[in-house]
Amino acid sequence: MADNTTAHTSVAHTGAEGGHGSFPPFDSATFASQLLWLALAFVLLYWLMSRLALPRIAAIFEARRDRIAADLAEASRLKAEADTAGAAYEKALADARARAQAMAGEARDRLFGETEKSRHALEERLTARLAEADKAIAATRTAAMGQVRGIAVDTAAIIVRRLTGISAPEPAVAKAVDDVLRR
Amino acid sequence: MADPIHQFQIVKLFTVAKLGGTEIAFTNSAAFMFTVVAAVSIFLIATTGERALVPGRLQSVSEITYEFVAGMLKDSAGEAGMKFFPFVFSLFVFVLIANLFGMIPFAFTVTSHIIVTFALAMLVFLTVTIYGFMRHGAHFLRVFVPSGVPMYVLPLVVLIELISFLSRPISHSVRLFANMLAGHITLKVFAGFVAGLLGAGAALAPLSILPLAMVVALTALEFLIAFLQAYVFAILTCIYLNDALHPGH
Repeated sequence: MADNTTAHTSVAHTGAEGGHGSFPPFDSATFASQLLWLALAFVLLYWLMSRLALPRIAAIFEARRDRIAADLAEASRLKAEADTAGAAYEKALADARARAQAMAGEARDRLFGETEKSRHALEERLTARLAEADKAIAATRTAAMGQVRGIAVDTAAIIVRRLTGISAPEPAVAKAVDDVLRR
Repeated sequence: MADPIHQFQIVKLFTVAKLGGTEIAFTNSAAFMFTVVAAVSIFLIATTGERALVPGRLQSVSEITYEFVAGMLKDSAGEAGMKFFPFVFSLFVFVLIANLFGMIPFAFTVTSHIIVTFALAMLVFLTVTIYGFMRHGAHFLRVFVPSGVPMYVLPLVVLIELISFLSRPISHSVRLFANMLAGHITLKVFAGFVAGLLGAGAALAPLSILPLAMVVALTALEFLIAFLQAYVFAILTCIYLNDALHPGH
Protein backbone atom coordinates (compact mmCIF):
# COMPACT_ATOMS: atom_id res chain seq x y z
CA MET A 1 0.00 0.00 0.00
CA ALA A 2 2.55 2.53 1.10
CA ASP A 3 4.80 1.51 -1.79
CA ASN A 4 2.05 2.18 -4.27
CA THR A 5 1.23 5.65 -3.03
CA THR A 6 4.85 6.75 -2.99
CA ALA A 7 5.42 5.30 -6.41
CA HIS A 8 2.63 7.43 -7.77
CA THR A 9 3.60 10.69 -6.12
CA SER A 10 7.30 10.13 -6.45
CA VAL A 11 8.14 10.79 -10.07
CA ALA A 12 9.77 14.15 -10.20
CA HIS A 13 8.41 15.34 -13.51
CA THR A 14 4.81 14.35 -13.49
CA GLY A 15 3.20 14.77 -16.83
CA ALA A 16 6.39 14.97 -18.84
CA GLU A 17 6.91 12.14 -21.31
CA GLY A 18 4.91 9.78 -19.11
CA GLY A 19 7.57 8.27 -16.86
CA HIS A 20 5.05 6.37 -14.75
CA GLY A 21 5.87 2.80 -14.00
CA SER A 22 9.03 2.67 -16.09
CA PHE A 23 12.40 1.58 -14.73
CA PRO A 24 13.54 4.67 -12.76
CA PRO A 25 17.17 4.84 -13.98
CA PHE A 26 15.90 4.88 -17.59
CA ASP A 27 13.07 7.34 -16.95
CA SER A 28 14.11 10.20 -19.19
CA ALA A 29 11.66 12.54 -17.50
CA THR A 30 14.01 12.78 -14.52
CA PHE A 31 17.16 13.33 -16.58
CA ALA A 32 16.95 17.10 -16.87
CA SER A 33 16.60 17.71 -13.15
CA GLN A 34 19.28 15.14 -12.28
CA LEU A 35 21.68 16.75 -14.73
CA LEU A 36 20.96 20.18 -13.32
CA TRP A 37 21.51 19.15 -9.71
CA LEU A 38 24.52 17.04 -10.60
CA ALA A 39 26.08 19.99 -12.42
CA LEU A 40 25.44 22.28 -9.46
CA ALA A 41 26.65 19.74 -6.92
CA PHE A 42 29.76 18.79 -8.89
CA VAL A 43 30.73 22.38 -9.64
CA LEU A 44 30.29 23.18 -5.97
CA LEU A 45 32.39 20.15 -4.99
CA TYR A 46 35.07 21.01 -7.54
CA TRP A 47 35.17 24.59 -6.31
CA LEU A 48 35.39 23.56 -2.65
CA MET A 49 38.07 20.97 -3.39
CA SER A 50 40.25 23.10 -5.65
CA ARG A 51 39.93 26.30 -3.62
CA LEU A 52 39.72 25.07 -0.04
CA ALA A 53 40.30 21.45 0.80
CA LEU A 54 43.13 20.42 -1.51
CA PRO A 55 45.28 23.55 -1.03
CA ARG A 56 44.97 23.04 2.73
CA ILE A 57 46.18 19.46 2.53
CA ALA A 58 48.91 20.45 0.06
CA ALA A 59 49.97 23.20 2.47
CA ILE A 60 50.22 20.63 5.26
CA PHE A 61 52.50 18.47 3.10
CA GLU A 62 54.51 21.52 2.12
CA ALA A 63 54.92 22.59 5.73
CA ARG A 64 55.94 19.08 6.72
CA ARG A 65 58.50 18.89 3.91
CA ASP A 66 59.88 22.33 4.79
CA ARG A 67 60.04 21.43 8.45
CA ILE A 68 61.88 18.21 7.74
CA ALA A 69 64.33 19.98 5.43
CA ALA A 70 64.88 22.72 8.00
CA ASP A 71 65.37 20.16 10.78
CA LEU A 72 67.86 18.25 8.68
CA ALA A 73 69.79 21.44 7.91
CA GLU A 74 69.76 22.35 11.60
CA ALA A 75 70.91 18.85 12.50
CA SER A 76 73.84 18.95 10.07
CA ARG A 77 74.79 22.42 11.34
CA LEU A 78 74.73 21.15 14.92
CA LYS A 79 76.72 18.11 13.89
CA ALA A 80 79.37 20.32 12.30
CA GLU A 81 79.45 22.38 15.49
CA ALA A 82 79.76 19.25 17.57
CA ASP A 83 82.58 18.03 15.34
CA THR A 84 84.45 21.32 15.78
CA ALA A 85 83.92 21.20 19.53
CA GLY A 86 85.05 17.59 19.54
CA ALA A 87 88.24 18.46 17.65
CA ALA A 88 88.94 21.34 20.05
CA TYR A 89 88.37 19.06 22.98
CA GLU A 90 90.72 16.44 21.54
CA LYS A 91 93.37 19.08 21.01
CA ALA A 92 92.98 20.46 24.54
CA LEU A 93 93.14 16.94 25.88
CA ALA A 94 96.32 16.20 23.93
CA ASP A 95 97.89 19.49 25.13
CA ALA A 96 96.95 18.78 28.69
CA ARG A 97 98.32 15.28 28.44
CA ALA A 98 101.60 16.54 27.02
CA ARG A 99 101.87 19.20 29.75
CA ALA A 100 101.04 16.67 32.42
CA GLN A 101 103.70 14.34 31.07
CA ALA A 102 106.22 17.16 31.06
CA MET A 103 105.36 18.09 34.62
CA ALA A 104 105.46 14.50 35.73
CA GLY A 105 108.85 13.99 34.10
CA GLU A 106 110.21 17.11 35.73
CA ALA A 107 108.88 16.11 39.10
CA ARG A 108 110.27 12.63 38.70
CA ASP A 109 113.71 13.95 37.76
CA ARG A 110 113.72 16.39 40.66
CA LEU A 111 112.59 13.80 43.15
CA PHE A 112 115.10 11.32 41.77
CA GLY A 113 117.89 13.87 42.20
CA GLU A 114 116.82 14.64 45.74
CA THR A 115 116.53 11.01 46.63
CA GLU A 116 119.92 10.31 45.15
CA LYS A 117 121.42 13.13 47.17
CA SER A 118 119.89 12.03 50.44
CA ARG A 119 120.83 8.45 49.66
CA HIS A 120 124.45 9.53 49.13
CA ALA A 121 124.45 11.44 52.38
CA LEU A 122 122.98 8.48 54.19
CA GLU A 123 125.49 6.13 52.60
CA GLU A 124 128.38 8.36 53.63
CA ARG A 125 127.07 8.59 57.13
CA LEU A 126 126.60 4.85 57.29
CA THR A 127 130.10 4.22 55.87
CA ALA A 128 131.55 6.52 58.49
CA ARG A 129 129.71 4.76 61.23
CA LEU A 130 130.71 1.41 59.80
CA ALA A 131 134.36 2.46 59.84
CA GLU A 132 133.99 3.67 63.40
CA ALA A 133 132.35 0.43 64.36
CA ASP A 134 135.12 -1.52 62.61
CA LYS A 135 137.68 0.47 64.50
CA ALA A 136 135.88 -0.13 67.79
CA ILE A 137 135.63 -3.81 67.00
CA ALA A 138 139.36 -4.00 66.18
CA ALA A 139 140.22 -2.14 69.40
CA THR A 140 137.96 -4.37 71.41
CA ARG A 141 139.46 -7.40 69.73
CA THR A 142 143.03 -6.29 70.37
CA ALA A 143 142.09 -5.61 73.97
CA ALA A 144 140.36 -8.95 74.19
CA MET A 145 143.27 -10.75 72.57
CA GLY A 146 145.62 -9.13 75.13
CA GLN A 147 143.44 -10.36 77.90
CA VAL A 148 143.14 -13.83 76.25
CA ARG A 149 146.99 -14.25 76.52
CA GLY A 150 146.99 -13.42 80.22
CA ILE A 151 144.03 -15.76 80.82
CA ALA A 152 145.72 -18.48 78.75
CA VAL A 153 148.97 -18.13 80.67
CA ASP A 154 147.16 -18.27 84.02
CA THR A 155 145.04 -21.21 82.88
CA ALA A 156 148.09 -23.07 81.53
CA ALA A 157 149.97 -22.49 84.81
CA ILE A 158 146.99 -23.82 86.80
CA ILE A 159 146.54 -26.83 84.48
CA VAL A 160 150.32 -27.66 84.75
CA ARG A 161 150.17 -27.39 88.58
CA ARG A 162 147.08 -29.58 88.81
CA LEU A 163 148.42 -32.22 86.42
CA THR A 164 152.01 -32.32 87.60
CA GLY A 165 151.81 -30.94 91.15
CA ILE A 166 154.60 -28.61 90.50
CA SER A 167 154.27 -24.98 89.80
CA ALA A 168 156.00 -23.96 86.64
CA PRO A 169 157.81 -20.66 86.60
CA GLU A 170 155.65 -18.02 85.08
CA PRO A 171 158.07 -16.82 82.34
CA ALA A 172 158.35 -20.44 81.02
CA VAL A 173 154.55 -20.80 80.88
CA ALA A 174 154.21 -17.43 79.18
CA LYS A 175 156.82 -18.43 76.65
CA ALA A 176 155.11 -21.78 75.94
CA VAL A 177 151.64 -20.04 75.50
CA ASP A 178 153.16 -17.45 73.19
CA ASP A 179 154.64 -20.31 71.11
CA VAL A 180 151.19 -21.97 70.80
CA LEU A 181 149.43 -18.69 70.03
CA ARG A 182 151.98 -17.86 67.41
CA ARG A 183 151.40 -21.15 65.60
CA MET B 1 7.84 -9.00 -1.44
CA ALA B 2 9.25 -5.47 -1.57
CA ASP B 3 9.82 -4.11 -5.03
CA PRO B 4 13.60 -4.23 -5.68
CA ILE B 5 13.27 -1.33 -8.12
CA HIS B 6 11.55 0.97 -5.66
CA GLN B 7 14.87 2.07 -4.14
CA PHE B 8 15.84 3.76 -7.40
CA GLN B 9 12.73 5.90 -7.53
CA ILE B 10 13.30 9.62 -7.88
CA VAL B 11 11.13 11.33 -5.30
CA LYS B 12 10.22 14.99 -5.56
CA LEU B 13 10.90 16.75 -2.30
CA PHE B 14 9.77 20.25 -3.33
CA THR B 15 9.36 22.27 -6.47
CA VAL B 16 11.96 24.93 -7.09
CA ALA B 17 10.62 26.57 -10.24
CA LYS B 18 8.45 25.97 -13.23
CA LEU B 19 10.08 26.87 -16.54
CA GLY B 20 7.40 26.77 -19.22
CA GLY B 21 5.92 23.31 -18.94
CA THR B 22 8.95 21.81 -17.19
CA GLU B 23 8.96 21.59 -13.46
CA ILE B 24 12.32 21.91 -11.74
CA ALA B 25 12.06 19.96 -8.51
CA PHE B 26 14.48 19.29 -5.73
CA THR B 27 14.56 15.49 -5.46
CA ASN B 28 15.95 12.84 -3.19
CA SER B 29 18.71 12.35 -5.77
CA ALA B 30 19.66 16.04 -5.58
CA ALA B 31 19.52 15.90 -1.79
CA PHE B 32 21.97 13.00 -1.76
CA MET B 33 24.28 14.73 -4.26
CA PHE B 34 24.51 17.77 -2.02
CA THR B 35 24.82 15.59 1.06
CA VAL B 36 27.82 13.94 -0.57
CA VAL B 37 29.34 17.32 -1.42
CA ALA B 38 28.69 18.61 2.09
CA ALA B 39 30.03 15.47 3.79
CA VAL B 40 33.20 15.41 1.71
CA SER B 41 33.87 19.12 2.04
CA ILE B 42 33.14 19.33 5.74
CA PHE B 43 35.24 16.28 6.49
CA LEU B 44 38.24 17.41 4.46
CA ILE B 45 38.12 20.99 5.69
CA ALA B 46 37.37 20.18 9.32
CA THR B 47 40.02 17.48 9.68
CA THR B 48 42.74 19.65 8.17
CA GLY B 49 41.90 22.63 10.38
CA GLU B 50 44.69 21.97 12.85
CA ARG B 51 47.30 21.60 10.10
CA ALA B 52 49.10 19.33 12.51
CA LEU B 53 52.68 18.48 11.65
CA VAL B 54 52.05 14.99 12.98
CA PRO B 55 48.55 14.18 11.77
CA GLY B 56 45.83 12.73 13.97
CA ARG B 57 43.64 9.92 12.76
CA LEU B 58 41.11 11.99 10.87
CA GLN B 59 43.71 14.27 9.34
CA SER B 60 45.52 11.11 8.24
CA VAL B 61 42.38 9.99 6.42
CA SER B 62 42.31 13.25 4.48
CA GLU B 63 46.03 13.08 3.75
CA ILE B 64 45.87 9.44 2.67
CA THR B 65 42.95 10.17 0.35
CA TYR B 66 44.89 13.06 -1.15
CA GLU B 67 48.03 11.00 -1.63
CA PHE B 68 46.08 8.02 -2.93
CA VAL B 69 44.48 10.07 -5.72
CA ALA B 70 47.68 12.03 -6.37
CA GLY B 71 49.66 8.79 -6.65
CA MET B 72 47.07 7.28 -8.97
CA LEU B 73 47.16 10.35 -11.22
CA LYS B 74 50.96 10.64 -11.23
CA ASP B 75 51.41 6.95 -11.99
CA SER B 76 49.01 7.07 -14.92
CA ALA B 77 49.49 10.53 -16.38
CA GLY B 78 52.81 11.68 -14.96
CA GLU B 79 53.65 14.94 -13.23
CA ALA B 80 51.89 16.90 -15.98
CA GLY B 81 48.63 15.25 -15.00
CA MET B 82 48.61 17.07 -11.67
CA LYS B 83 46.88 20.04 -13.27
CA PHE B 84 43.81 17.81 -13.37
CA PHE B 85 44.23 16.76 -9.76
CA PRO B 86 41.26 18.70 -8.32
CA PHE B 87 39.10 17.29 -11.11
CA VAL B 88 40.13 13.67 -10.57
CA PHE B 89 39.98 14.08 -6.80
CA SER B 90 36.46 15.53 -6.98
CA LEU B 91 35.33 12.73 -9.26
CA PHE B 92 36.83 10.05 -7.04
CA VAL B 93 35.43 11.31 -3.76
CA PHE B 94 32.06 12.13 -5.29
CA VAL B 95 31.62 8.63 -6.72
CA LEU B 96 33.12 6.94 -3.65
CA ILE B 97 31.01 8.76 -1.10
CA ALA B 98 27.87 8.52 -3.26
CA ASN B 99 28.44 4.75 -3.50
CA LEU B 100 29.03 4.47 0.24
CA PHE B 101 25.99 6.59 1.11
CA GLY B 102 24.05 4.18 -1.05
CA MET B 103 24.99 1.42 1.40
CA ILE B 104 23.03 3.11 4.19
CA PRO B 105 19.65 1.40 4.46
CA PHE B 106 16.83 3.45 2.87
CA ALA B 107 19.38 5.79 1.32
CA PHE B 108 19.34 6.72 -2.34
CA THR B 109 22.30 5.73 -4.50
CA VAL B 110 23.15 8.66 -6.77
CA THR B 111 25.44 6.55 -8.94
CA SER B 112 22.73 3.97 -9.66
CA HIS B 113 21.30 6.31 -12.26
CA ILE B 114 22.81 6.06 -15.72
CA ILE B 115 22.29 9.72 -16.42
CA VAL B 116 24.52 10.68 -13.50
CA THR B 117 27.36 8.33 -14.36
CA PHE B 118 27.00 9.14 -18.05
CA ALA B 119 27.21 12.86 -17.32
CA LEU B 120 30.38 12.32 -15.30
CA ALA B 121 31.85 10.09 -18.00
CA MET B 122 31.00 12.67 -20.68
CA LEU B 123 32.63 15.33 -18.56
CA VAL B 124 35.82 13.24 -18.56
CA PHE B 125 35.49 12.49 -22.27
CA LEU B 126 34.98 16.13 -23.21
CA THR B 127 37.79 17.26 -20.93
CA VAL B 128 40.14 14.77 -22.57
CA THR B 129 39.07 15.60 -26.11
CA ILE B 130 38.96 19.38 -25.75
CA TYR B 131 42.17 19.59 -23.74
CA GLY B 132 43.86 17.17 -26.14
CA PHE B 133 43.05 19.29 -29.17
CA MET B 134 43.84 22.55 -27.35
CA ARG B 135 47.19 21.30 -26.18
CA HIS B 136 48.34 19.30 -29.18
CA GLY B 137 46.11 20.47 -32.03
CA ALA B 138 45.98 17.94 -34.85
CA HIS B 139 48.75 15.96 -33.14
CA PHE B 140 46.13 14.77 -30.69
CA LEU B 141 44.92 12.49 -33.51
CA ARG B 142 48.06 10.44 -32.99
CA VAL B 143 46.17 8.88 -30.09
CA PHE B 144 44.40 6.81 -32.75
CA VAL B 145 47.62 5.75 -34.46
CA PRO B 146 49.64 3.33 -32.34
CA SER B 147 53.31 3.32 -33.23
CA GLY B 148 54.93 0.27 -34.76
CA VAL B 149 51.85 -1.00 -36.62
CA PRO B 150 52.40 -2.21 -40.21
CA MET B 151 50.85 -0.01 -42.89
CA TYR B 152 48.48 -2.66 -44.24
CA VAL B 153 46.64 -3.10 -40.93
CA LEU B 154 46.88 0.55 -39.93
CA PRO B 155 43.43 1.59 -41.29
CA LEU B 156 41.79 -1.20 -39.36
CA VAL B 157 43.69 -0.39 -36.18
CA VAL B 158 42.83 3.29 -36.48
CA LEU B 159 39.18 2.40 -36.94
CA ILE B 160 39.25 0.18 -33.86
CA GLU B 161 41.04 2.85 -31.85
CA LEU B 162 38.52 5.44 -32.96
CA ILE B 163 35.57 3.27 -31.99
CA SER B 164 37.11 2.39 -28.66
CA PHE B 165 37.82 6.07 -28.01
CA LEU B 166 34.27 7.10 -28.85
CA SER B 167 32.73 4.31 -26.83
CA ARG B 168 34.73 5.27 -23.73
CA PRO B 169 32.01 7.39 -22.14
CA ILE B 170 29.57 4.50 -22.53
CA SER B 171 31.80 1.83 -21.02
CA HIS B 172 33.05 4.28 -18.41
CA SER B 173 29.54 5.18 -17.25
CA VAL B 174 27.78 1.84 -17.70
CA ARG B 175 30.43 0.01 -15.64
CA LEU B 176 29.75 2.12 -12.58
CA PHE B 177 26.00 2.38 -13.10
CA ALA B 178 25.48 -1.33 -13.74
CA ASN B 179 27.58 -2.36 -10.77
CA MET B 180 25.69 -0.16 -8.37
CA LEU B 181 22.31 -1.01 -9.84
CA ALA B 182 22.86 -4.76 -9.97
CA GLY B 183 24.39 -4.89 -6.51
CA HIS B 184 21.53 -3.02 -4.92
CA ILE B 185 18.90 -5.06 -6.74
CA THR B 186 20.60 -8.30 -5.69
CA LEU B 187 20.74 -7.17 -2.09
CA LYS B 188 17.09 -6.21 -2.14
CA VAL B 189 16.03 -9.47 -3.82
CA PHE B 190 17.84 -11.62 -1.27
CA ALA B 191 16.53 -9.48 1.57
CA GLY B 192 13.08 -10.02 0.06
CA PHE B 193 13.62 -13.78 0.19
CA VAL B 194 14.32 -13.51 3.91
CA ALA B 195 11.05 -11.68 4.49
CA GLY B 196 9.17 -14.02 2.14
CA LEU B 197 10.40 -17.19 3.85
CA LEU B 198 9.73 -15.79 7.31
CA GLY B 199 6.18 -15.04 6.24
CA ALA B 200 5.64 -18.40 4.55
CA GLY B 201 4.92 -20.35 7.71
CA ALA B 202 6.77 -22.19 10.42
CA ALA B 203 8.01 -24.91 8.07
CA LEU B 204 9.90 -22.54 5.77
CA ALA B 205 10.89 -19.84 8.27
CA PRO B 206 14.15 -21.52 9.42
CA LEU B 207 15.30 -21.60 5.80
CA SER B 208 15.38 -17.80 5.81
CA ILE B 209 18.82 -18.04 7.42
CA LEU B 210 20.25 -18.97 4.00
CA PRO B 211 19.29 -15.80 2.11
CA LEU B 212 20.15 -13.81 5.25
CA ALA B 213 23.71 -15.18 5.19
CA MET B 214 23.79 -14.29 1.50
CA VAL B 215 22.67 -10.74 2.28
CA VAL B 216 25.44 -10.37 4.87
CA ALA B 217 28.05 -11.63 2.40
CA LEU B 218 26.66 -9.46 -0.39
CA THR B 219 26.73 -6.41 1.85
CA ALA B 220 30.44 -6.93 2.43
CA LEU B 221 30.92 -7.43 -1.30
CA GLU B 222 28.92 -4.28 -2.01
CA PHE B 223 31.17 -2.23 0.25
CA LEU B 224 34.14 -3.57 -1.68
CA ILE B 225 32.44 -2.76 -4.98
CA ALA B 226 31.50 0.71 -3.76
CA PHE B 227 35.17 1.45 -3.26
CA LEU B 228 36.42 -0.53 -6.23
CA GLN B 229 34.11 1.11 -8.74
CA ALA B 230 35.05 4.57 -7.48
CA TYR B 231 38.69 3.57 -7.88
CA VAL B 232 38.09 2.14 -11.35
CA PHE B 233 36.22 5.25 -12.40
CA ALA B 234 39.05 7.46 -11.18
CA ILE B 235 41.87 5.35 -12.61
CA LEU B 236 40.17 5.22 -16.03
CA THR B 237 39.83 8.99 -15.85
CA CYS B 238 43.57 9.19 -15.18
CA ILE B 239 44.36 6.88 -18.11
CA TYR B 240 42.12 8.88 -20.46
CA LEU B 241 43.70 12.12 -19.26
CA ASN B 242 47.09 10.61 -20.03
CA ASP B 243 45.96 10.34 -23.67
CA ALA B 244 45.18 14.04 -23.67
CA LEU B 245 48.56 14.87 -22.13
CA HIS B 246 50.72 12.43 -24.08
CA PRO B 247 48.84 11.37 -27.22
CA GLY B 248 51.88 9.75 -28.85
CA HIS B 249 51.49 6.53 -26.81
